[in-house]
Amino acid sequence: MAKLSRDDVLKLARLARLRLSDDEVSKLQDELSEILGYVEMLQKVDTDGLEPTSQVTGLTNVTRPDEVRDYGYKPDDLFKNLPAKDGRCIKTKRILG
Amino acid sequence: MDQSIADIARDVSAGKLKAADLVEESLRRIEEAAGYKAIIAATAERARERARFIDEQVRAGKKPGRLAGVPFIAKDNFLVFGADTTAASNILKGFEAPYQSTAIKKLEAEGAICVAKANLDAFAHGSSTENSDFFTTLNPRDKTRVPGGSSGGSAAAVVLGLAPFALGTDTGGSIRLPASFTGSVGLKPTYGLVSRSGVVAMASSTDCIGPLTRTVEDAALVLDVMAGRDDLDSTTIERDTDSYTDLDGGLGGKVVGIIKEYMDEGLDASVKTEVEKAIKQLEAAGAVIKEVSLPSLPLALAVYYIICPAEVSSNLSRYDGQRFGYSDRDAKDLDDSYELSRSKGFGAEAKRRIMIGTHVLSSGYYDAYYKKAQTVRTKLIREFEKAFQSVDFLVGPTAPNVAFKIGQNTADPLQMYLIDIMTVAANLAGVPSISVPCGEVDGLPVGLQLMAPQRADRALLSAASAYEELNV
Repeated sequence: MAKLSRDDVLKLARLARLRLSDDEVSKLQDELSEILGYVEMLQKVDTDGLEPTSQVTGLTNVTRPDEVRDYGYKPDDLFKNLPAKDGRCIKTKRILG
Repeated sequence: MDQSIADIARDVSAGKLKAADLVEESLRRIEEAAGYKAIIAATAERARERARFIDEQVRAGKKPGRLAGVPFIAKDNFLVFGADTTAASNILKGFEAPYQSTAIKKLEAEGAICVAKANLDAFAHGSSTENSDFFTTLNPRDKTRVPGGSSGGSAAAVVLGLAPFALGTDTGGSIRLPASFTGSVGLKPTYGLVSRSGVVAMASSTDCIGPLTRTVEDAALVLDVMAGRDDLDSTTIERDTDSYTDLDGGLGGKVVGIIKEYMDEGLDASVKTEVEKAIKQLEAAGAVIKEVSLPSLPLALAVYYIICPAEVSSNLSRYDGQRFGYSDRDAKDLDDSYELSRSKGFGAEAKRRIMIGTHVLSSGYYDAYYKKAQTVRTKLIREFEKAFQSVDFLVGPTAPNVAFKIGQNTADPLQMYLIDIMTVAANLAGVPSISVPCGEVDGLPVGLQLMAPQRADRALLSAASAYEELNV
């Protein structure tokens, strides 16, 4: 496949919420192109009549009763890793201009 | 501490050994072996507390469990109390586990004691521990070489004797490869046999949890304690009703398929010689040897390096700097905060995988990459099913070469990915696989890989144990 352009890389970075340096962009142009070139071999494989697999042990629609269970998690313990909080709320930057 | 796990637990339960002494010995060895950089942090305080509790139980005439007082080391992507859970990444530095992973809870319930957290490639992305955001672990067999990855810290810890066993995770070979490179035993069970709850997610459709040990018997015992359905992981499967420690049968009459594709080109000639010697031993022990071909195996790595980064990019989207992990203080608005936190928090390999994953899942490319890879995966699974109609086990090398030099593959990410070429297929098919030591090349260990059908973990352990006994 053709080498990814600088714009291709920047578009992906934007979709993935990554801000890349110029160095990272040019490096990733090469590396991603090489890796995507390698996986290109799958395009030639005959998969007619086969369905994709995402679950390998045959489980489907595993459900449980919709009820509260005590797994021993303490809410305060879940809050201790918050970068910023206000009481029991997660504090983030402004989302509306 | 150098006996079998069952023997240690028996002696602790009988009051002949003290859990407190075992923990101190383990912590002392960790300190002594600090130069190998296998460990990110010890969980000393909590381990000592747990040891006192176990010893107290024994004094009170209670039974502390099948792993009574046995120290172990967890890869640092398991949520464990007593130290941070970092996944060897800068973005999770300082993260305190709010709860413990199911695997750890089950081990503790049988009296085992976590003494430390082991190094890994950050987020388990890698084959050498060189992708750790903190430091590279040195191979105990040769300090100038990598221990393999991503569970390289765990493997090195076991070989250095820091604890009788360590936990690893295996998404594309991350338990078996370091086992092969360090001369330890590494087990990747059937997909879903051990709960993933409380383990930092990498690629959810192939992530497996398993032990790194000195012997197959030890691996079987640790698996037996961890296996089974868990409400907190809906992909878990029922365990065998029999114990996974009932290792019987030996190799007599078993049909062993030698994987043609793994013995062909790309395999180091000296490694091939060692693996061929092992095959001769299996034959001498009564196994029926036949060559088996799975024609899609040479495609497995390409399938894996689409599916894995796709799932990685999805699983790592939760690291947004808002709820936990590194959050950039200079951000002006929310979007800025996402981008700065992720860009400064993730290392180069995490970024690379996020970018590949984003590409193969993006509109216009999804069918050509992701869906195609999942369909070739089906083809591969069918070939495994067909092979297992005529053989009990599949056998081949774990890796195409012995442990490589530190820095040898860091400049070329694809070269590094290719080291997983013989391990990823078991993950894609969900079948159990184990690496056991089989000879050496210039003093460096070689691993023999055995695979069995899904849910045949006990049969796999039995065969691996029978092979191991041939070399005692």
